[in-house]
Amino acid sequence: MIYIIIQNLPVLIVIIPLITAFLMPIIGLFKIRYCFYTSLISISITLLIGVLILNSVINDGTIHYHIGNWEPPYGIEYVIDYLNTFMILLITSVAFIITIYSRRSVEKELPNNIALFYTLFVLFITGLLGIVVTGDLFNLYVFLEITSLAAYTLISLGEKRDALIASFNYLIMGSIAACFILIGIGFIYTMTGSLNMADISIRLKDLYDSNVVHAAVIFFIVGLSIKIALFPLHTWLPNAYTHAPSTVTALIASLMSKVCIYIMIRILFSIFTVQFFLHTVPVGEILSWIAAIAIILGSINAIAQTDIKRMLAYSSVSQIGYIVLGMGLANYDGLTGSLLHILNHAFMKGCLFLTVGAIIYKTGIRNIYDFKGLAWKMPVTMLAFTIASLSMVGIPPLCGFFSKWYLALGSIKSGKWIFALVILLSSLLNAAYFFRILERALFGKYEHKTDEAPKSMLIPITIMAIGCIVFGIFGQFMEIISKSLI
Amino acid sequence: MKKVELGWILGRYNYWVFVILTLIGFYAMIAKNNLIKKIIGMNIFQTAIFLFYISIADIEGKRAPIIVSNITEHINYVNPLPHVLILTAIVVCVSTTAVALTLIMKIYQEFKTIEEDKIMEAL
Repeated sequence: MIYIIIQNLPVLIVIIPLITAFLMPIIGLFKIRYCFYTSLISISITLLIGVLILNSVINDGTIHYHIGNWEPPYGIEYVIDYLNTFMILLITSVAFIITIYSRRSVEKELPNNIALFYTLFVLFITGLLGIVVTGDLFNLYVFLEITSLAAYTLISLGEKRDALIASFNYLIMGSIAACFILIGIGFIYTMTGSLNMADISIRLKDLYDSNVVHAAVIFFIVGLSIKIALFPLHTWLPNAYTHAPSTVTALIASLMSKVCIYIMIRILFSIFTVQFFLHTVPVGEILSWIAAIAIILGSINAIAQTDIKRMLAYSSVSQIGYIVLGMGLANYDGLTGSLLHILNHAFMKGCLFLTVGAIIYKTGIRNIYDFKGLAWKMPVTMLAFTIASLSMVGIPPLCGFFSKWYLALGSIKSGKWIFALVILLSSLLNAAYFFRILERALFGKYEHKTDEAPKSMLIPITIMAIGCIVFGIFGQFMEIISKSLI
Repeated sequence: MKKVELGWILGRYNYWVFVILTLIGFYAMIAKNNLIKKIIGMNIFQTAIFLFYISIADIEGKRAPIIVSNITEHINYVNPLPHVLILTAIVVCVSTTAVALTLIMKIYQEFKTIEEDKIMEAL
């Protein structure tokens, strides 16, 4: 029995949350309170499976799992290597932390929709896990759409009516992106006759000069750029992040864009190799220039905002720029910086959005000019906010510094000094918009009565903040993953 | 430069239809003011892609891939895989449309209009 379970871990990690999502509305009919516990149990099991998969990958190498015992080029194959394992652990651990947090937040913000919220929440995690375990392009598209549909609906749950418009705009943009990705998959299938990623990568080697393959790359890049909100295509992101419920914002900001970046890395580095996108079509060059513009303009836009959630949303646009910059450089240090920043940004932005959620939960403040003296009323929350924002700026012992260090190193090694300057300038801009909040929170007097957020919110926030410190010190393991990609 | 002949263009008319429908759908999605028309554009876009997948699978004069008992030539059928993929993609398309229409319904209840410019004024 145990042996059978161990053998089928890669598919169980998708099936368990999927079944939970279907059971959730029924559980909600009996007792609304059990929805939270059910999703907590389900997410804990996936976290446990994630740890078991890590153990198996470290001991026995890459896992190949054939669904229904069909041989790879014909059937769907699940492949789990180091990068996938890292993404699985990132998704499950962040989801676990946010689930603990969600209980009080959802009770207050969505009192009528608790069962529906947890259904979509678990479905969202199913889609993300499906994307990272699959080794089949079309399967990846289907899971991407499951995730996106859950995300549209989660955003529309926001309390103001603006949330509906934000969600609708995201749906239109997301559908265009999905269509582009589907066309890209179609072109690749016409040329290679295969949907298995490893198989495609072998068959593409003779086709690097084909125009159809070049068109397919462009469709993939544009489609995925919309999904990850790369600069000129980011217009859905600020509204969606601002008007969604706090838990949903934290979830989408820390996981959705990261997983879409994972898809981009998979497609560029595993399907089309580095040789292809550096020399045949200058995708890397174009991406890193766009990313540099995204970094600067995202930061400048963030300075102009007064709503804290909107400010963090624009900051996300700029941080996504960092990750794409490292990817576009396509050298060893740049890619390590990118992967490390995926982890760091998930924790930093998750921590920031969770603290902001806790502040809104207790005081209802959204305008940054009202933060006066809040540090003395909610010390733990604001301490976590401080750690995460210092980490965003890139103060040395915290994790944000190390990813920026690798990115700067990568850009200097590839001879593009200007990108190192962009990173430095953007760090100063980051400091400008975070320090004005910290300054107001520390100095000044808070007029109204308030106290610290409940424990079930403080514990996740603290774990996230500790993560920001720990990953700075133990970030070296990322070099193993980037070595496997280049 | 390959010499482009009329026969070459006409012989691939299904791909031309794919391109034209894609552009019509894409235009409607980004330029139309009415939210329902945007969704109609989305459906045209997605259906055009289905047409593309089915076109690449089809071979003229070949039969459907169904096993018959006295089969002799086993290569004499079209590729069934894209059709199966499109069945899945249709499900995705239908569910996206359902979510979008539900959102439009909620938007109409809140704003009493589905014209984008009037909604932007109300915000």
